[in-house]
Amino acid sequence: MQQIVNFILRNKTFLLFVLLLFVSVMLTIQSHSYHRSRFINSANFLSGGIYNASNSMSEYFDLKNQNKLLQEDNKRLKSILYNTKQTPDTNYIDSTNYNKKYKFTAAQVIRNSYATTNNILLLNKGDNDSIKQDFGVVSSKGIIGIVEKTNRNYATVLSILNTTSSISAKLKKTPHFGSLKWNGNSPNTIQLSEIPKIATVAKGDTIITSGRSAIFPKGIPVGTISNFKLDNAENYYEIDIVLFNDMTSIEHVYIIENKDAKIIENILKDND
Amino acid sequence: MTNLLSIHTIRFIVLLLIQVLLLSHVNFLGNINPYPYILFVLLFPVKNNRLIFILLSFLLGLLIDMFLDSGGIHAAATVTIAFIRPAALKFSFGAVYEHNAIKFGNVDFGQRITYITILVLIHHFILFLLEIFNFSKIFLVLKNTLFSSIFTILLCVLITIIFGGTNKK
Repeated sequence: MQQIVNFILRNKTFLLFVLLLFVSVMLTIQSHSYHRSRFINSANFLSGGIYNASNSMSEYFDLKNQNKLLQEDNKRLKSILYNTKQTPDTNYIDSTNYNKKYKFTAAQVIRNSYATTNNILLLNKGDNDSIKQDFGVVSSKGIIGIVEKTNRNYATVLSILNTTSSISAKLKKTPHFGSLKWNGNSPNTIQLSEIPKIATVAKGDTIITSGRSAIFPKGIPVGTISNFKLDNAENYYEIDIVLFNDMTSIEHVYIIENKDAKIIENILKDND
Repeated sequence: MTNLLSIHTIRFIVLLLIQVLLLSHVNFLGNINPYPYILFVLLFPVKNNRLIFILLSFLLGLLIDMFLDSGGIHAAATVTIAFIRPAALKFSFGAVYEHNAIKFGNVDFGQRITYITILVLIHHFILFLLEIFNFSKIFLVLKNTLFSSIFTILLCVLITIIFGGTNKK
């Protein structure tokens, strides 16, 4: 016993180092293995508050651009709104407005990152705005990512520019679907794999979300095909996609809640 | 002693804030960022308790990880350089270090650069190895290590020169 105590006392620096290194490497491995398990994250009072304060100053620098984006979005929505059939002027309660499947919440990006291989964004909405894990995040131009961790006022988002994220997407003109992954090279392009060889693919084709998961509705734009080739086994295409979004400059985003997500999840679980 | 303590506390907080608010958003040529927060580790007093030193370094790395959502990569890299710092000190400064009479303000300039370079290279290598976490992309790791290191070393040397007068202790 005495010898063990002596050994620990003699090597206490080394043992502490090994312990701390072990802890940090475990945290790293956890953050790489699955997106639910990130233990240390920036959605907390301290870092969220500091980022919020810094963003409230720096957001003015990009105001002009963001205004232009919002205006374009408004223009698009107005053209949809006024080109649909006009409802009569009389007052009545439209029962189709109840129980809408998707609920949108506007949020602001208070920290953006795109330079590492595992990028995480921080939003200024959290549990208080009933934002929960696995909600989808989109901007006016297209897909951004999936909510990962939330605290009372902040939420972290696993960006599509993250080598661990994977989102189901399809070709706009045919129903062939595959999964979106990022290879970590350029913040403008991501990769779509598992599109079968039988599908007709051409440069410039539009890619949209497939709606096969309970996270994103069908039809959210992703990007256009810039390059494609068959994989080594020559069964599937490997496609490079140029994103519609400029991921290096995003400010206003929308969080999508799918109210049927629980039900869909339960059905899928029962089938397994 | 209180003076020394306050200098290091302020340095800890200032380096942390500058790193997460400013220097992690530089993205020079796409993705090159400097990480001069490790100056805290480099300039920590030599004579101090090593246990506290390693714990503080771990805490600094962990806080950076919290802000940057990077898992535990900064904590791992920072705690490693904190542990091997005595070896780097001995290698760079030789006899001066042996006599425990080292003061960063008045050591030879070349020796100081050697010391900074060794620790920055090790730190960045571990950092990018854990960040990319894929041995098949070892060239990407080495490329990132090289470019970021150059950036960090330059900044560290500049900061030590500019603030050298006040931080001599």
